[in-house]
Amino acid sequence: MMSHWIIAPVILPAVMGALLVLLMRGDLLLQRIFSTAATVGLLGIAIALVWGATQTPAEVYFLGNWPAPFGIVLVLDRLSALMVLLTALLAIAVQLYAIGSNWDARGRHFHALFQFQLMGICGAFLTGDAFNLFVFFEVLLIASYGLMIHGGGKDRLRAGVQYVAYNLIGSTLFLFALATIYGITGTLNIADLAVKVQTLPEGEMALFRVAAVMLILVFAVKGALVPLQFWLPGTYANAPGPVAALFAVMTKIGAYAVIRFGALVLPPETAATGTLIADLLMPAAIVTLLVGAVGVLGASTFGRLAAFAAIASMGTAFIAIAAFTPQATAAALYYIIHSTLAGAALFLIADLVASRRAHDRLTEALPPIAGTGLIAGLFMATGIAVAGMPPLSGFIGKLLVMEALRDQAALIWSVILGASLLIILGFARAGSTLFWKAHASGSREPATHRPEGLAFVATFGLLAGLVVLTVFSGPVMTWLEEAARLAHDGADYIAANRLPEGN
Amino acid sequence: MELLLASALGLLTTAGLYLILRKRTFPVIVGLTLISYAVNVFIFISGRLVSGLPPIYNPAAAGYADPLPQALVLTAIVISFGMTAVIVMMALGAFIESGDDKVDMNDKDEAGTTK
Repeated sequence: MMSHWIIAPVILPAVMGALLVLLMRGDLLLQRIFSTAATVGLLGIAIALVWGATQTPAEVYFLGNWPAPFGIVLVLDRLSALMVLLTALLAIAVQLYAIGSNWDARGRHFHALFQFQLMGICGAFLTGDAFNLFVFFEVLLIASYGLMIHGGGKDRLRAGVQYVAYNLIGSTLFLFALATIYGITGTLNIADLAVKVQTLPEGEMALFRVAAVMLILVFAVKGALVPLQFWLPGTYANAPGPVAALFAVMTKIGAYAVIRFGALVLPPETAATGTLIADLLMPAAIVTLLVGAVGVLGASTFGRLAAFAAIASMGTAFIAIAAFTPQATAAALYYIIHSTLAGAALFLIADLVASRRAHDRLTEALPPIAGTGLIAGLFMATGIAVAGMPPLSGFIGKLLVMEALRDQAALIWSVILGASLLIILGFARAGSTLFWKAHASGSREPATHRPEGLAFVATFGLLAGLVVLTVFSGPVMTWLEEAARLAHDGADYIAANRLPEGN
Repeated sequence: MELLLASALGLLTTAGLYLILRKRTFPVIVGLTLISYAVNVFIFISGRLVSGLPPIYNPAAAGYADPLPQALVLTAIVISFGMTAVIVMMALGAFIESGDDKVDMNDKDEAGTTK
């Protein structure tokens, strides 16, 4: 019995997004209620899918009941279910923040675009077809273009044009890679690819290597891996706060796709690619982490600091992914969950601060902001999480990554620990300018600001997620290790597609 | 025919890349369009170049042209067309708001006045 629930995370936001545009375009209150209800529904579905994925190793939904590899399939396994759940959790926090801070009222169609964005993200995580992955990438990108320039303004539009241009080039590269792969193997179904790549004739291998590297390049653009990270700081720093927080899961799509393709189609045992992918990814990931850490230390604004922290977290995640062992992948997944929640919380705090200050430059101290004690506390907790200090989950995540890469300890441990030190210094510098020096400079009279209860609830919610992730790290890791083992083994994933014999 | 298509693809991509590296928005958009034309043709020929064959299997014919790339290229054309429309609108908005159509951010922007 095929479970129709697998497609629900795509259908629900798609239908709700359309309804929001068609029926509720003039009424913000209705939009808020229905959009939040749909996101809560998505969370419920995601929890059910995670439960389902825990019971069966892999389940396939054949769209239109066309058999694979001819039709498009959606595949539910632990890895995809986990990413959908992470998206839903983040979406609720971001949506509450957008409502609480009134960001959704600063332009039109925030909620509709938000739902379309969720549709694209969930679809990209669930699909088992490489060309369908491209289509869902485009769905989530086109929604993200709208969200990125939400609220308008000169800088935002300009950064938006750069962002769109960069991603259009990425999409074109994706198409070149897919067409080459199709030309060589005659299939775009991921499970079918995994089977066919193993029996590739010698003469096709060189061309396939080119296609594989192009594919990984596209995912590296999405995952902001050096040297393809240039779009990220400008985009994230200029995007509205809640949108930047939602984008925290977008970089993870690149990481997810590298795990999926790297573990299933291009594992190091593949004759055609060998260790090529890992050899390219590892140095790039190390440089990414360092660039992110130096960026945090030298950031000129709070928004850019959060953006470079996101780059650094992708560096750490990719270091673990590039090892391509189940243990390292499990550590990477744990770190991805942590860094999504922590990174999003940091963007929300940056927005809380920016909306209370005259500007968000870190070069000069301004008088204390409204609610400075509470926001400073939030900043402190999130800084601890992002930098990877105990007691929060960032520490456990980095520990797991270092443990998984014990055999390359000399290089990788020193890079991770050195980068952590730089990030701590960067956060200390930003915190002292924003919160401490503020008391020494200027007026004593308390600043006032519109109360934003819901916005604080959302930010605290993300931090609560980090605490839960820390407290239950044991059971979570047991679950993730099984997820990583299944992703690397791949037998269940391929078997679930029910491919015809010798096609 | 192979030589003709391969050189056309190469030319389109080269011209597109050159234009993408320009400093103003308009040439960049034209460059993106050229590259998306190139990739559309590239997808089309990934099912191999054949002429005079039906796209659906027919026992009477000598073979058949692969129909899947034709479906893929339709999707790719629609998406690249839509994306080009989006970037044109955004570039226009940025031009109207800031008064010039330079692609890069100048120092004043970098200093950060976002709110």
